[in-house]
Amino acid sequence: MQKTYYDPADLRKFGKITEWNEELGEKFFDYYNSVFEEGALTAREKSLIALAVAHTEQCPYCIDAYTKDTLERGVTKEEMMEAIHVGAAIKSGAALVHGVQMMNKVNKLDG
Amino acid sequence: MITKSLHKRNSTLANSKRQLEILSNGIFQNGELPTFKNKIGETGQFPLKAKKLEILQINLGYMCNQVCEHCHVDAGPDRKEIMAKETMLQCLEVIKKTGAHTLDLTGGAPEMNPNFRWFVEEAVKAGIKDFIVRSNLTIIRANKKYHDLPEFFKKHNIHIVSSMPHWTRGKTDKQRGDGVFDASIETLKMLNKIGYGMPENNLRLDLVYNPSGAFLPANQNDLEKDFKKALLKDFDIHFHNLFAITNLPISRFLDYLIASENYEDYMYALVDAYNPVALENVMCTNTLSVSWDGYLYDCDFNQMLELPLNSKAKHISDYNELLLQGREIVVFQHCYGCTAGAGSSCQGTVT
Repeated sequence: MQKTYYDPADLRKFGKITEWNEELGEKFFDYYNSVFEEGALTAREKSLIALAVAHTEQCPYCIDAYTKDTLERGVTKEEMMEAIHVGAAIKSGAALVHGVQMMNKVNKLDG
Repeated sequence: MITKSLHKRNSTLANSKRQLEILSNGIFQNGELPTFKNKIGETGQFPLKAKKLEILQINLGYMCNQVCEHCHVDAGPDRKEIMAKETMLQCLEVIKKTGAHTLDLTGGAPEMNPNFRWFVEEAVKAGIKDFIVRSNLTIIRANKKYHDLPEFFKKHNIHIVSSMPHWTRGKTDKQRGDGVFDASIETLKMLNKIGYGMPENNLRLDLVYNPSGAFLPANQNDLEKDFKKALLKDFDIHFHNLFAITNLPISRFLDYLIASENYEDYMYALVDAYNPVALENVMCTNTLSVSWDGYLYDCDFNQMLELPLNSKAKHISDYNELLLQGREIVVFQHCYGCTAGAGSSCQGTVT
């Protein structure tokens, strides 16, 4: 067993997932590739969304892949950081908005 | 920011043999990655052979006013290799009789060759269909004697191809040197003013994009749209096409890859992105590269690696188009740079 949970070299092996279940693996990669094709959103916009979500998901493989992908698309550091702040804002906002539940509960029990 | 060429710094990588050693060793020696020869052999495409010559690319010298971080020529102000008039005369003889439709002058900064204008004027007389000068844009503003170059280019209907790694100052200056972005923008405005790059105008102005770091270029059309949108919005600048070029792992870019510990990952990225369709159209199959001292190479990259042409005709003085056609192209691991993704050449993608 490797000594760390994550190894950057494993990212290159992602495609091998299909070897243990061809049908589901291929369905996933077909879907994945279709999602990132140019549509109503440009491929560049999709890449930035993916970068932001990679951070909220805290997935090191995804951060590695989409940092590179956005760089390849000419995205600047400023744009990348702004995208990550959007993700972070939603993530923290999602935590904080639950404070309303706490307030509701306090008001009911001790209002 | 680097200020001197590898040659001037006495770097071991100034030696092409050392570069070839690096590209043979490690991941290619232990079989982790296939050599380029074996890779193209998998699909029966080895040996790669030259087709009909379409583009004659002449390097007028390695001297340049800039010292770009990733320069595959290792060009700079400290390089003194310049094409002599005698070699230019030999080139002109070939230009007169070649079947190639494109003449492509490159460097260094080709304009720094003292016989540059004379050579252009003589070459124009041969009536080449597409006459390209690869101008770095800043040279035109570098010295008074170059200020009228835009008019000179216009007079001879020269097709200008210029490097522009990004539409923002930070990324451009990081790769090409402080102040390069602002100078390039001013020159582009100057060129637009006399008609270059304007929509519906035949004075061709194309830009070359190559990534500013250890990553591959994205889709050329998408990048072109982004460049056009940004340059128009921010500076009211027009240009015709964008060529997306992949950085090949040689010379200063190889030095950068090793120093930044990106070499192996970059080679993996190139090999993973290998595209056999791009291989069918790689530029070495329709281009010939002539060095400052008149020697012939399959491409500019082989010239820099000093990989001699596989033909009896080795010098411009023994040029023979029939002899050159069908020759076996000399390939090495750096060739993965031209076959990655949509492919890469001096004219952009190849698929």
